[in-house]
Amino acid sequence: MIRLENLTVSYRRHPAVHHVSGSFADGQATAIFGPNGAGKSTLLKAIMGALKPDAGRVLMRGVARRDMAYLPQQSEIDRSLPVSVIDLVSSGHWQRSGLFGKVGRNDDDASWNALVTVGLEDFATRPIAALSSGQFQRVLFARILVQDAPLILLDEPFNAVDAATTADLLALVERWKTEGRTVIAVLHDEQQVREHFPQTLLMAREVIAWGDTAEVLTADKLRRASDTAAHWSANAPVCRVDGVTP
Amino acid sequence: MIDFLYQWVLAPFVEFAFMRRALVACLALALGSAPVGLFLVMRRMSLVGDAMSHAVLPGAAVGFLIAGLSLPAMSLGGFVAGVLVAGFAGLATRFTEIKEDASFAAFYLLSLAIGVLLVSSSGSNVDLMHLLFGSVLAVDDAALLLVASVASVTLLTLAVIYRPLLLESLDPVFLRAVGGHGSVWHLLFLLLVVLNLVSGFQALGTLMSVGLMMLPAICSRLWAATVGGMLLAAFLIAALAGMGGLLLSYHVELPSGPCIILLAGLFYIVSLFVAPQGGVLPRLLRQRHLES
Repeated sequence: MIRLENLTVSYRRHPAVHHVSGSFADGQATAIFGPNGAGKSTLLKAIMGALKPDAGRVLMRGVARRDMAYLPQQSEIDRSLPVSVIDLVSSGHWQRSGLFGKVGRNDDDASWNALVTVGLEDFATRPIAALSSGQFQRVLFARILVQDAPLILLDEPFNAVDAATTADLLALVERWKTEGRTVIAVLHDEQQVREHFPQTLLMAREVIAWGDTAEVLTADKLRRASDTAAHWSANAPVCRVDGVTP
Repeated sequence: MIDFLYQWVLAPFVEFAFMRRALVACLALALGSAPVGLFLVMRRMSLVGDAMSHAVLPGAAVGFLIAGLSLPAMSLGGFVAGVLVAGFAGLATRFTEIKEDASFAAFYLLSLAIGVLLVSSSGSNVDLMHLLFGSVLAVDDAALLLVASVASVTLLTLAVIYRPLLLESLDPVFLRAVGGHGSVWHLLFLLLVVLNLVSGFQALGTLMSVGLMMLPAICSRLWAATVGGMLLAAFLIAALAGMGGLLLSYHVELPSGPCIILLAGLFYIVSLFVAPQGGVLPRLLRQRHLES
């Protein structure tokens, strides 16, 4: 279970996530939705532990940091390195194998099955440099399958990916939902959110609404989100809010 | 023909102990430096090796000023200076928005300036210059021991940190996300870089030892398509350049350090044209494409 308590994260004093409190529903799929610059990716990085909060905190109960699979918006993978597709997928075993642990036959089977699931088994021994961006995204999803994590964080996973690939990858999200994993995804496509994510956090640096998707994505609340985004100022005064807002 | 080969390739090593020592030193250097160089290349830090080779200069000079021409003192000094520069550059990168290459540039220049001041203040000492540019034909037991120990430590350490180091080169965000302590492996690796540069400086000099580290590693990408293959290729190229360079310097009476690096460089130029993985010639000989 993940709880945000009065979480504020800022870059050079400018808050990207501003006094956000609330809980992510366990074992459910939550979409993080909002205008550009609303702090969606920042929130995900704070949950992941890569960014330190200015104030407030991220409380995790029952999930260690190592139980997370995280897919960044733009992977920093150096694709010029001579690494094969199957090796990259197998790096998902790290959490269990660590420094020396053996990657045994069962693990190899898991890697292979993951590749089959995303439909790239024919590419197993090809170098990662040979993949298109859509294929590469499939490989990264295969690695998430291998990680077998109870908590999955996805940052705009369907950017620069064609419709067929998006449909295949959304089918994986559906599978994770039935397996009871918690999925938190930053998305831009309202339709995708409505169809696949029962919970939505609508934010514009602060929480605009958080709950059942049908109740959050109303015309009224979406307008409030974009209005809030329109009034951000570079010369904002020092924020006086402190303490936990309920 | 056999006579000819013996005369030119084997005789120098059979007849002279100093040539045998030099050969062993070069092979040990190749074993340690080549894989370190390969990781530098894969981490896009090719120029960091160069920066570090300059950074060890003031330490070696301080060692010389304190203890004279003593290998342990100069090596220790060089090592300390290198670690300091790597450490400061690492901290600056971590806590400010300066990129790693810029941090290294800043600190090595600072270090180099101090080094040149120290060297010039000690007068125009021929011995010191000799050591800064190396003389592989003068390696004694102590130097040989140092080179061999560093090669052993390097290979053992790399064997231990191979998996996380490679993963950190490939996908640092992933390693951080799964709690893989990326910076620990990075720092350990930088330590290996400094160690290998210091171990190379008696044989090749501070400025040349980086050549045996980088040139074979850069070449290896043109010859192999896997990391394992590249490690092997880098070592073989470094070892060949070492042996060939020694023979060249013996036969034409030129300084050995530059000869070794020159051969490695020539091998790189040739590789650019003929090597199978992305060389120019294989690309020109257009092979028919496969079926879809």
